Amino acid sequence: MSKESQLIKFTKKGIYCPQGKFYLDPWYPVDYAIISHGHADHARWGMKRYLCTDDSKAILQHRLGADIKVESIPYHKTLTINGVKVSFHPAGHVIGSAQIRLEYKGYVVVFSGDYKTQPDFITTPFEPVTCHTFITESTFGLPIYNWQSEDRLREQLHSWVTANQANNRTSVFFGYSLGKAQRLMSLLDGCDEIYVHRAIHNLNEAITNSGIQLPKTKLWSADLDKKTLQNKIIIAPPALLGSRMLKRVPNAAKALCSGWMQIRGNRRWQAVDAGFVVSDHADWNGLISAVKATEAEQVYVTHGSQAVFSKYLNEIGIQAKELKTEYGDEALAAAESETEKLESK
Amino acid sequence: MKQFSELISAIEITNKTNAKIDALVHYFGTAPDKDKLWLIALFTGKRPKRPVKTTLMKEWCMELTNIPEWLFLESYSTVGDLGETLALLLPKPTHHLDLSLNEWMMELKALNSKSDEAKKAFVLEAWTGLDQQERLIFNKLIGGSFRIGVSKKTLVNALAKLTGIDANQLMHSIIGHWEVETMSFEALINGSHINYDNSKPYPFCLAYALEKDLEELGEPNEWMVEQKWDGIRGQIVKRNNEIYIWSRGEELVTKQFPELVEAISNFQDDFVIDGEILAMKDNDVLLFNDLQKRLNRKHVTKKLLQDVPVGFKAYDILELNGDDIRAIPFEKRLQRLETIFKSVTLPKILQLSFIVEFNEWKELHAIRENSRAINSEGLMLKQKKSPYHTGRKKGDWWKWKVDPLTIDAVMIYAQKGSGRRSSKYTDYTFAVKKDDGLVTVAKAYSGLTDKEITEISRWVNQNAIEKFGPVRTVKPELVFEIAFEGIALSNRHKSGVALRFPRIARWRKDKPVDDIDTIESVKQLITVP
Repeated sequence: MSKESQLIKFTKKGIYCPQGKFYLDPWYPVDYAIISHGHADHARWGMKRYLCTDDSKAILQHRLGADIKVESIPYHKTLTINGVKVSFHPAGHVIGSAQIRLEYKGYVVVFSGDYKTQPDFITTPFEPVTCHTFITESTFGLPIYNWQSEDRLREQLHSWVTANQANNRTSVFFGYSLGKAQRLMSLLDGCDEIYVHRAIHNLNEAITNSGIQLPKTKLWSADLDKKTLQNKIIIAPPALLGSRMLKRVPNAAKALCSGWMQIRGNRRWQAVDAGFVVSDHADWNGLISAVKATEAEQVYVTHGSQAVFSKYLNEIGIQAKELKTEYGDEALAAAESETEKLESK
Repeated sequence: MKQFSELISAIEITNKTNAKIDALVHYFGTAPDKDKLWLIALFTGKRPKRPVKTTLMKEWCMELTNIPEWLFLESYSTVGDLGETLALLLPKPTHHLDLSLNEWMMELKALNSKSDEAKKAFVLEAWTGLDQQERLIFNKLIGGSFRIGVSKKTLVNALAKLTGIDANQLMHSIIGHWEVETMSFEALINGSHINYDNSKPYPFCLAYALEKDLEELGEPNEWMVEQKWDGIRGQIVKRNNEIYIWSRGEELVTKQFPELVEAISNFQDDFVIDGEILAMKDNDVLLFNDLQKRLNRKHVTKKLLQDVPVGFKAYDILELNGDDIRAIPFEKRLQRLETIFKSVTLPKILQLSFIVEFNEWKELHAIRENSRAINSEGLMLKQKKSPYHTGRKKGDWWKWKVDPLTIDAVMIYAQKGSGRRSSKYTDYTFAVKKDDGLVTVAKAYSGLTDKEITEISRWVNQNAIEKFGPVRTVKPELVFEIAFEGIALSNRHKSGVALRFPRIARWRKDKPVDDIDTIESVKQLITVP
């Protein structure tokens, strides 16, 4: 048995650690799950025990139920499970997100979860971790994806809001409630009053209750007077597009916020007024620099452009293989968004 | 170019025509004179010669970014647009060039006579001095084509809104002969270079689909019935020895049909007639697919004229020797039309639309059913006393189209669309059963809702058999009802049949693959005329 296969095995239920007897972000119910971050395709229902970062704990409890059995540790602290040293390292993806480092008999595997290498104003910045085996995501694994700096992005969003206000329009931004919403809040902080949808509001409350500071927002509720919202900023989950609640917003200017907005076709796909490139994932150069920084001998590429990215890595001399997982599932993201819609009713 | 870049951003994000018009009005109200003229020229297809080949641009970009060709192609197939792919791949700009649209166009024009080395230096300098959106526009300027959802009609409507000048006149003005270098915006929109009095068309009279029983229309002898030909509705205007052909989209298409212009020049009388432009060979009407080869060509070559000859079937006459006769009854107008057509030795390509003889309503059912055999779409029913209405009016004219044919087929390939559709799998290939396997019968792009397309795209992502390149082979699992207008035997198709206008009627989530049509059952739909 190779050192790697003592640490990780790719099974139907997810990535399994035979020595430690636990799974990493499994997609079927198991006894013990170590969770990289709170998104629905990574943190699923039905695990007997969960382990996550301190910053993720409140999020998991909020989303999966207060009665789940969950332990947490801070970033960088090591917990030994059946002889395997387990630690979390910041992934810069959403609040509480982590790469999971496993070490057994001197062999190190790092599972990236989802990550973003560029710093923003809200998440703990990504830290590269050297290892022997690196399991990386590849959501934006094509060289056409290159993000601009956070400052430039902030400038863009602010000037869009200002232009809308000059035309008496209310600016509505769409983004998932975990991650994108808090990122937008931080980008738009100080621009004008920010109203957030109830799904975001409730999650924010859970986060702040656990001791993390967030920019100030107000609840966007259905009974708010139209005049109150006029010319202000609203952040809502994408499921709200086309909803009755949105129709009540006076003169709404709608903006989608996602890495996919880099391509014109995506911006034009839905009838909105703007598309901003705001991604919680690494861009092309981010992915390559992250992989190189690990100095890994073996790379596994999961969800996204795994075929393209692993082929490219092999061409530049880094041994890489594709790995089929059930992360990054659009259907699940859509389901998540639907849930948000239901929660709002 | 900042202004132009902002205009493009504003136009491409919205699907509301009014928002596009507002953005254009704003541009025309604020941009420098020559820039306005370039905008009109570019959006109406008056594009200058391409100074730099796309293959060179691709090469330079790969060189600059150190990207292997397969990765470039992979990026291209995701983006769906070469100019945009280049703009996204190139490194961030190092400085900012601030030239007006006119200055860029003049620079590009001067580039034509230069060496490849000089072209490369110029393009690289531009790429490093423009932001992403401007870079995309620069790449588009080189190619000269902007497909961003602004039709000539939208452009003209914006100019009309700004100036208060009649939209059709503006259409004639911008389509007419003019060059940016020697024209001013003012002179162009005032039409100093054209004589609009000679070209002015009438609004087309349009019909609604028949929504009641024939018997409810009243006495059969009060009605005239003709074939509903399936070409391009056109108005031929002949005044003072000038001839113009307008399409129903209110665009001047005169230059695309030189043989019609020649045929019309035989007449002594002046007139405006309404009819259908059709691809025709030896009196037979060809498929619309054939006619399509003749449309939107910048140059109509001799070969094309021979391969796809066109003809004109006249439906109606609106003006005769200067008199507007739209108010007189349809049957009287038809008599005038006949008289004129008898006044000259009529070239074969000009014909009166065939009037269907009938005494009782019930006779029409069989005639309508036979439409497909003569490449007609069905029947038109016109009240004999009807005037030539402006636009769509209910009651006097009805169209009664044949029902489409349908088959059930399974999706086997999916491909991403272009433009707005470039992010989704929107173009599908369908197959039916043949022996133990499947055989491709049709490609279809339309008929599904955005929501269904999103759902199918997700399914394709999860069920694709290959991972590289633009086309995805998928498990034969999703069944669709495909509607089409006609079917014919064909040697060019592997299945042995060619479908006309295939589109998706609906997604048959209820049907298993086992229940789809066989190639034999499809062939049984062929009617021999």
